[in-house]
Amino acid sequence: MKPAIAFWNILYKDMKNYYLKPPNISWGLIFPFAWMGMLLIKSGTAFSISEVFPGIVALSILFGTTSMLSVTITFERKSRSFERLLLAPLKTELLILGKITGAILFGLFNSIIPILLCAGILKAPVSNWFLLAAGVILLSVISTLLGLFISVAATEVFEAQTYSNFFRFPMIFLCGLFIPVTALPQLLRPLSYILPVTYGVDVLHYSISESHFLPPVTDLLILAAFSMVLFYFSIYNIRRKWIK
Amino acid sequence: METIIEVKNLKKSYNGLIAVNRIHFRVYRGEIFGFLGPNGAGKTTTINMLTGLARITEGQIFLKGKDVTRNIKSVQKIIGVVPDENNLYEELSGFDNLCFCGALYGMRKKDREKRARELLNLFGLDNAGRRKFSEYSKGMKRKLTLAAALMHEPEILFLDEPTTGIDVASVRQIRKLIRELNRKGATVFLTTHYIEEAERLCHRVAFIDRGKIITTDTVEKLLDANRDTHLVDIRFKPVSNDVSQLPEKLHRRFPDISCTLKDSGTIRLTSRQVPDIAPVVNYLASEGFFVLEARLIKPTLEEAFVKATGIEVDLMNK
Repeated sequence: MKPAIAFWNILYKDMKNYYLKPPNISWGLIFPFAWMGMLLIKSGTAFSISEVFPGIVALSILFGTTSMLSVTITFERKSRSFERLLLAPLKTELLILGKITGAILFGLFNSIIPILLCAGILKAPVSNWFLLAAGVILLSVISTLLGLFISVAATEVFEAQTYSNFFRFPMIFLCGLFIPVTALPQLLRPLSYILPVTYGVDVLHYSISESHFLPPVTDLLILAAFSMVLFYFSIYNIRRKWIK
Repeated sequence: METIIEVKNLKKSYNGLIAVNRIHFRVYRGEIFGFLGPNGAGKTTTINMLTGLARITEGQIFLKGKDVTRNIKSVQKIIGVVPDENNLYEELSGFDNLCFCGALYGMRKKDREKRARELLNLFGLDNAGRRKFSEYSKGMKRKLTLAAALMHEPEILFLDEPTTGIDVASVRQIRKLIRELNRKGATVFLTTHYIEEAERLCHRVAFIDRGKIITTDTVEKLLDANRDTHLVDIRFKPVSNDVSQLPEKLHRRFPDISCTLKDSGTIRLTSRQVPDIAPVVNYLASEGFFVLEARLIKPTLEEAFVKATGIEVDLMNK
């Protein structure tokens, strides 16, 4: 019960103080609209909405979660309020779960607008809603964990932003968001395969248009494995670097 | 007396640089133990190791008999920590900060809200409870940080420089609160570079310098060691700006008295016997100094500290 109280309060505080602030909510609303608008203007009516739907969803999740978590944790470490958590009688795993859950929920929130926009308003067909939900959840988890990974490496807020961009922008091209991985030059493909977002995007593609390069179950298993590795590697790094 | 903190052969080094060098000490239940030393002496590093914020290079720490390196999370339940810099959430109100800290220790909503109200009242912050922490003055921030450390009613309180950088009124209030908390049973481990603070608050004091403990004793015993030392401060109007040679000149003239210049207008005489001030005053007058005041000073912990460490207190406070 006691760990549950601590977990819930870490999550609640982060939601209230960071994720539910108007600038972040407006980010979640405006960002997918901006990308969608850009693609519509650029391509007119020539493109299929199903082709860009997974990319827009993945992009919204990726950009929302990675920077938010890395920036908030780096900010708390800089202001030393993160010490409060390290001084509390909580397992590192639990307190980090408390910190990342807010970002995961923020990622899910960011996916709602593009899904409503594409599936609801533009009537893009979704072939498997269950897989879409699973893909969105696992993409939120993996993007958040990438944010955590970045926050362990960064000591300043600007570093967290820089590192986030260093990871995110190449992912737009390498992870199959708008260009299928199979259409990438052979030389770049290994890079795609080591980036976990690739497998999340593949699930989204399958759930919407049934196009994919791996079976969805394999994608989901790879994503789960990546999540576990990133989580425990970050915990290991936190213990090693933050408790010197 | 029950030992509540036991430190054995504790060492901490960062990249080959030794911050804490094989220190030993014990803190007994119900006492205020002072860790006194200049900036960079190793006080904060020691507190960080005691509370689980820094890894131990060598040695052992036992809090209430539990090995900190093996049971840090169970030990953290019984300790409260006030770090050298406030570490509460700027964007939360005072009340919410306290409630959040209580929640980290698993306190239920009703209990933590009740305790937060009690503490805000105790620290005279009732009217500021709904204000954001970022809007607090330095003194208020320090008090709230102390209150946050008390939310879960810890048995041992670690205070790292609790009164540094705040106004006199807040300093007095915080010291009064520390005494009250100790009277109610809390064991307090306090680091400070203010000798006067250690003397006023602590039962026992350890002097630390460059990572080593120089001496540990009760304040009374440390003062007793200087009972036969007599101090006189003489205030004068200097004849010229350069008074730096004065202590040496005085010592040559009065070999039983050692002299130190406290500032450009005050000289301190130290001797084993009660010094005869008249010849000194006459000498100063003959040298063209206009003596304003001569005052007998009761030896304080400051003399004991200077004697033990060789560090001038004025330098330490800077």
